[in-house]
Amino acid sequence: MALTLDEVKQVARLARLAINEEEALATQTQLGHIFNLISQMQAIDVSQIEPMSHAQDLSQRLRDDVVSEVDQRERFQSIAPEVHSGLYLVPKVIE
Amino acid sequence: MLHASLKTLSQGLASGKYSSVELTQYFLRRIEQLNPTLNSFITVDAQKSLAQASAADAQRAQGRAQPLTGIPIAQKDIFCAKDWLTTCGSKMLSQFISPYDAHVIERFNSAGAVNLGKTNMDEFAMGSSNETSFFGPVRNPWDTERVPGGSSGGSACAVAAGLAPAATGTDTGGSIRQPAAFTGICGLKPTYGLVSRYGMIAFASSLDQGGPMGNSAEDLAMLMPVMAGFDARDSTSLDRPVEDYERDLAKPLSGLRIGLPKEFFAQGTSPEVLNAIEQSIVEYQKLGASIVEVSLPNMALSVPVYYVLAPAEASSNLSRYDGVRYGHRSAQYQTLSELYENSRAEGFGAEVKRRILIGAYVLSHGYYDAYYLRAQKLRRLIAQDFTDAFAHCDVLMGPTSPSTAFKLGEKSNDPVQMYLSDIYTIAVNLAGLPGMSIPCGLDKQGLPIGLQIIGNYFREAQMLNVAHQYQLATDWHQRRSPHFGEALTS
Repeated sequence: MALTLDEVKQVARLARLAINEEEALATQTQLGHIFNLISQMQAIDVSQIEPMSHAQDLSQRLRDDVVSEVDQRERFQSIAPEVHSGLYLVPKVIE
Repeated sequence: MLHASLKTLSQGLASGKYSSVELTQYFLRRIEQLNPTLNSFITVDAQKSLAQASAADAQRAQGRAQPLTGIPIAQKDIFCAKDWLTTCGSKMLSQFISPYDAHVIERFNSAGAVNLGKTNMDEFAMGSSNETSFFGPVRNPWDTERVPGGSSGGSACAVAAGLAPAATGTDTGGSIRQPAAFTGICGLKPTYGLVSRYGMIAFASSLDQGGPMGNSAEDLAMLMPVMAGFDARDSTSLDRPVEDYERDLAKPLSGLRIGLPKEFFAQGTSPEVLNAIEQSIVEYQKLGASIVEVSLPNMALSVPVYYVLAPAEASSNLSRYDGVRYGHRSAQYQTLSELYENSRAEGFGAEVKRRILIGAYVLSHGYYDAYYLRAQKLRRLIAQDFTDAFAHCDVLMGPTSPSTAFKLGEKSNDPVQMYLSDIYTIAVNLAGLPGMSIPCGLDKQGLPIGLQIIGNYFREAQMLNVAHQYQLATDWHQRRSPHFGEALTS
């Protein structure tokens, strides 16, 4: 199965990865080879099989709705790229 | 001290032959001398390690020593360690000082172990050769022109070259077992859910599992109770009591049924590897084991299934790196979209981007059933094959990898060839079973060969017994590269 160049660019946009023309072309070729490998999956009839999402069939645990974390805002913000007055800064999104 | 067992080191500390500070200094010195050649560690912080060592010595003086108190352990740089640079082999996290400890790090700290430093790895654990690390490839101590395997290549190299007595690794598709095989050491990937993933930087959450790497099965048995254990902060952590993994080490192997999956002895595997595996099976027969031929008919599907599921989970897990709260932020942006897209394009390497794109594609609208859902269905078939095989035997054996360590650059431009080299390890992760690799021979070029032992769920103690009995009868696990001996540091 081959991906078109537009599909490569579209999926890069969905994944929020900037990609230039040259990279998109190289990626297209490589993904083509990988999806060729992946296409081996199509040979098996899977209509009667239950999907397996997990090695152990577990149910999610519940916990009491109580505070379990202490406030570490300053600690966490000390490693942020850009903060101001306790806020994470990003470019303006609303005019 | 070089390549001494953890038990020997523990006795040396207990008898006062050396202190933890002296032991730690010894390994720090080896790292200082040999790391420029091997590139096994990303971060070494002598001050922090020695402070921990000196606290361990004080603890011992107060009569509060545990088995691992004062023993230096190298930590794969995927485990967050408070106040340590924790990079996961990526430019994205190349400045990330972790504000907290992973569960595994907490456990080693409370066991009194010393964090010897953070080991190099494939970026976000995506690779089989350690060549995708932002910090450059790790060299194989047996031949520095060859890869040490991946993704836990730095940890494997550290143990193999005697830069650390033991190390941690993580295994999503073979990342503990394959580097253990390539460097001639032992590594165990436990049953999925035994070791908490809290603070272990996520790649593919339904497959990722931490485990120990060391010089012998006996050493791994000492490390397992520290690494395993319930942790409410990991929703897939299993609530089971921690076992004594050393309890069965001395058991004789008479009556053991070893299953040999015929798919593990297929064409495409190096004849020298196959020959070494066959020799070790003969050794096991001498030890009283019997052999059963079994089949894992869907094993060939494990590579395509893995390369749908793992990238899908990775694309979701890695969406957190947005250049806003932590991690790399591009200097080039006007809009929020550009901030995301440029930060991620600059922060991730080629292999990580490739897998994010595969994952985003297979999860995208209209393709979910054809790829992700189908892969999950095939995952059940693959897991069922193991259940059927274990009806006839106690453990499965075969090669860990189809070849010995390959040359740097040999496969790095061909992702599909690289992916196929994981053929014997991936199915174990998909099924969530425990698997280990132990050394069982050297090829004509003098490169180590790994024997893979796969157990049923929660049978780690039995697998360690099976490995230990072999190591009592043979000395493959004691063979070490001739290039990095004691002379260098004495």
